[in-house]
Amino acid sequence: MASFKGFFSSRWGPIITGLAAGILAPILVKLGNPGNMGICVACFTRDVAGALGLHRAAVVQYIRPEIIGFVLGALVASLVAREFKPRTGSSTFVRFFLGMFAMVGALVFLGCPWRAYLRLSGGDWNAVPGIVGLVVGILIGVAFLRTGFSLGRNRPAPKALGWWMPALMVVFLCFLIFAPQFGRDAEGAPTGPVFFSATGPGSMFAPWFISLGVGLLIGILAQRSRFCIVGAIRDLVMMRDAHLFWGIVAVVAAATITNLLLGQFRPGFEGQPVAHTNAVWNFGGMVLAGLAFTLAGGCPGRQLFLSGEGDGDAAVFALGMLGGAFVAHTYSTASSPAGVAAFGPAAVIVGLVFCVVVGLTMRERVEG
Amino acid sequence: MDEITTVDARGLSCPAPAVAAKKAMKKRGRGRLEVLVDSPTAKDNVARLAQDDGWKVTLEEISGGGYKLILEK
Repeated sequence: MASFKGFFSSRWGPIITGLAAGILAPILVKLGNPGNMGICVACFTRDVAGALGLHRAAVVQYIRPEIIGFVLGALVASLVAREFKPRTGSSTFVRFFLGMFAMVGALVFLGCPWRAYLRLSGGDWNAVPGIVGLVVGILIGVAFLRTGFSLGRNRPAPKALGWWMPALMVVFLCFLIFAPQFGRDAEGAPTGPVFFSATGPGSMFAPWFISLGVGLLIGILAQRSRFCIVGAIRDLVMMRDAHLFWGIVAVVAAATITNLLLGQFRPGFEGQPVAHTNAVWNFGGMVLAGLAFTLAGGCPGRQLFLSGEGDGDAAVFALGMLGGAFVAHTYSTASSPAGVAAFGPAAVIVGLVFCVVVGLTMRERVEG
Repeated sequence: MDEITTVDARGLSCPAPAVAAKKAMKKRGRGRLEVLVDSPTAKDNVARLAQDDGWKVTLEEISGGGYKLILEK
């Protein structure tokens, strides 16, 4: 018999994780991160994709240490708690595309669910249609779940499988610290990748060791508390379970107060950092992201934490997000502060069609 | 001896284990239920939902990985 009622699985777990994220994210902005982007799993994964040369948008290229910290923090926490359980095999290929389209949707809005709440906490009212869209996307996902949607069961995998995603993060950390130049220009002179932005959001970052430390801390807390921004709404609607929802309340409350204290709370629609004012596609982009995250079982942060505790399917979802960054910045679907891009709306519609087909066609009944 | 209902939710993504357990609790009403899960998140979620619904929860680790939650009311 084992005791399972640890402190972090109690009511306080998601609240403490939310408070930590809500306080530390605005501090990262103060220390150099782009506005209202203390933490954004979508934006940061997009920056990593740019640094690796998966897209060539010169203003969004940086190896974000927060992403590395999320995975490695969850790895450490799961090892200490004996919860490192490598597993895979639940519609892995489909999860890649869910990650890709979640990213496409998030980059039409310009932020993942974490940043949606952080933008709100910084006074960016454009986040409101985004959050409404996120909730609508989750509700559509819940409708599929209620009618039997499932990506199928995963299976336990050899221990070694779980180490590959953390190993990839260590490679990224080496790329960040040593900044190797693998490319050669027409004259044969070394150039990126690895690319680092000289201007724009990619050139704005807190000291890397602080970003890494914050990522590690949140990775540890979130692995223990099962923190999930998308699961919060899903569980509230599906099971009347507010356990995770209090985590969102904690994020918004803590980030709003911290932004006020740091002089970073600037209410309004116009001129918000790394944001546009098109309410229709702020909404639409997040409907797609919310639906894709719900079908995949959790928000992008949660996918990274799961990949740290050995979930190979979540790791492939994260790689799908890298693929989504490639699509968004190569096929002109990612928005910019100037507005929605040429093919952004079309990409959202394609993504929604994909998600609806997945939602309707993949199901598994659980006997009990 | 009462019949024991077993729900095998191993390998399923969130929220399927919790949903399946909740459905079984509602269907059964009282008695003894066994829920098999293999992720720590599913274990915590099922335990919390069951306790909130007045079930006594006992946890056993399954050899080879995973957990058996025994719910009694």
